[in-house]
Amino acid sequence: MTTATLAAREVELNDEGFFVDPTSWSEEMVPELAQREGIDVLTDAHWTVIRFMRREFFEKGTGPTVRVLGKTSGVSVKELYQLFPKGPAKVAARIAGIPKPRGCI
Amino acid sequence: MTRRVVVLGGGTGGTLVANRLRRRFRLGELEVVVVDQDDRHVYQPGLLFVPFGLADPDDIVRPRGRQLRDGISFRRQTVDRVDIEDRVVHLGDGSSVRYDVLVVASGARLLPDETPGLTGPGWMSDVFTFYTPQGAGALAGALATFDGGRLVVNVVDLPIKCPVAPLEFCFLADSYFTRRGIREKVDITYATPLDAAFTKPVAAAHLGDLLSQRGIELVTEFNTGEVDGSGRSLTSYDGRSLAFDLAVVVPLHGGAEFVGRSAGLGDELDFVPADERTLQSKAAPEVFVVGDAAAIPASKAGSVAHFAGETVVENIVRFLDGEPLVETFDGHANCFVETGHGKALLIDFNYEQEPLPGRYPSMVGLPLLKESRANHLAKRLFEPFYWHALLPGRDVPGVGAAMPVAGKRVPVAQKEMP
Repeated sequence: MTTATLAAREVELNDEGFFVDPTSWSEEMVPELAQREGIDVLTDAHWTVIRFMRREFFEKGTGPTVRVLGKTSGVSVKELYQLFPKGPAKVAARIAGIPKPRGCI
Repeated sequence: MTRRVVVLGGGTGGTLVANRLRRRFRLGELEVVVVDQDDRHVYQPGLLFVPFGLADPDDIVRPRGRQLRDGISFRRQTVDRVDIEDRVVHLGDGSSVRYDVLVVASGARLLPDETPGLTGPGWMSDVFTFYTPQGAGALAGALATFDGGRLVVNVVDLPIKCPVAPLEFCFLADSYFTRRGIREKVDITYATPLDAAFTKPVAAAHLGDLLSQRGIELVTEFNTGEVDGSGRSLTSYDGRSLAFDLAVVVPLHGGAEFVGRSAGLGDELDFVPADERTLQSKAAPEVFVVGDAAAIPASKAGSVAHFAGETVVENIVRFLDGEPLVETFDGHANCFVETGHGKALLIDFNYEQEPLPGRYPSMVGLPLLKESRANHLAKRLFEPFYWHALLPGRDVPGVGAAMPVAGKRVPVAQKEMP
């Protein structure tokens, strides 16, 4: 567990960089979070995915997998990888301030 | 008044639920109808052994109807859709069946066409899956004439049935090529979309160690975007390529097609969301879900369908009696993992507890997360229990629905679950 300062507020992140408490996240933190993932320019498509991830998490208790994102977010899997080259589900979850998508067992 | 339970799917979950229900009620009290599109019940754990010549595809398939007790009607027909409002199942031939309780037991469907190139050139000649009897049989022919080169085993994405099966395939391939004396001529690679060999941390570490001991290369976070059968390579969405001479691919899975056609029943992958403890669907109170068809955070595995079946049957009885449901399903899965060379290890876990070392079901029992000959024998001897005890709905000795903890070494400070 580490503490990070984002948008002048202290938040707790776990060892893999995911938010411990998703409610401690705010939209002002997104540019800094994106930069930590190597994303310097945030497009509307990034925001679409980030907001979609949060909505899914609060509705279903887990963030979506890449495949579900591709089917339901309106952004194709190919495009998702262009937006978040290091792995859309995990990277977008970190930026969206939600836990690691549980995926499947 | 006779009430009717309609079970959609005559596989592991549907068959055992129908048989257990039939035993709980007199004929005049309850009618049980099972619907399936074909009459071929596959003993799916047997598919793993077919490519290595250790099982014959014909021997692991039996008629579905014959696994059902007397007094259960079996309708061989496709399902067009379920009308949840009117409690009617519309069948492919235009007829319909009303229900008081519906059990969705239609399993998971393979979707090889959803991966670009997978079913193109090379499919079933250089690129195979062992998840169907045909695929496993064809792969047996290809392995028998394989004299060396790169074997890539790839899971396209989760969820899949029996998430340990692709790993077992790698271990058995290592064993198989060793026995044939050509192991040093074969490079075996396991490419997974996960960030480790398996989902759960302790088991992932054990299985990852076993892969490296066997000289099997592990490639993680590989999300297959395209298969090029003529160029013999797999490409991931992040641009990495894996060249192969023989590829064994576990295709994407989805739920049954009729789920997608039934308004309000399924999720985006056509699996059916259900309460993870009661297995009552989120769609309607009289709809229950068992086995791979369920969208719950449990493995898609026969053992899960078996354990979940007990809760489903109990809750159908309670639902019909107007009593509150029991929240007894704990996500219990119990899997023998073949590790080759005549050995296997056993993992046992549920929603809360990841697979741990120890013994099963108690201090005296089979070793957990540890290779042993006994586990291998238990896996191979399971098939008669499947046909003669599990499907008919008899209790299998020593195998209870709730996960046992007696023989397990639980870490003192339980690591935080991801």
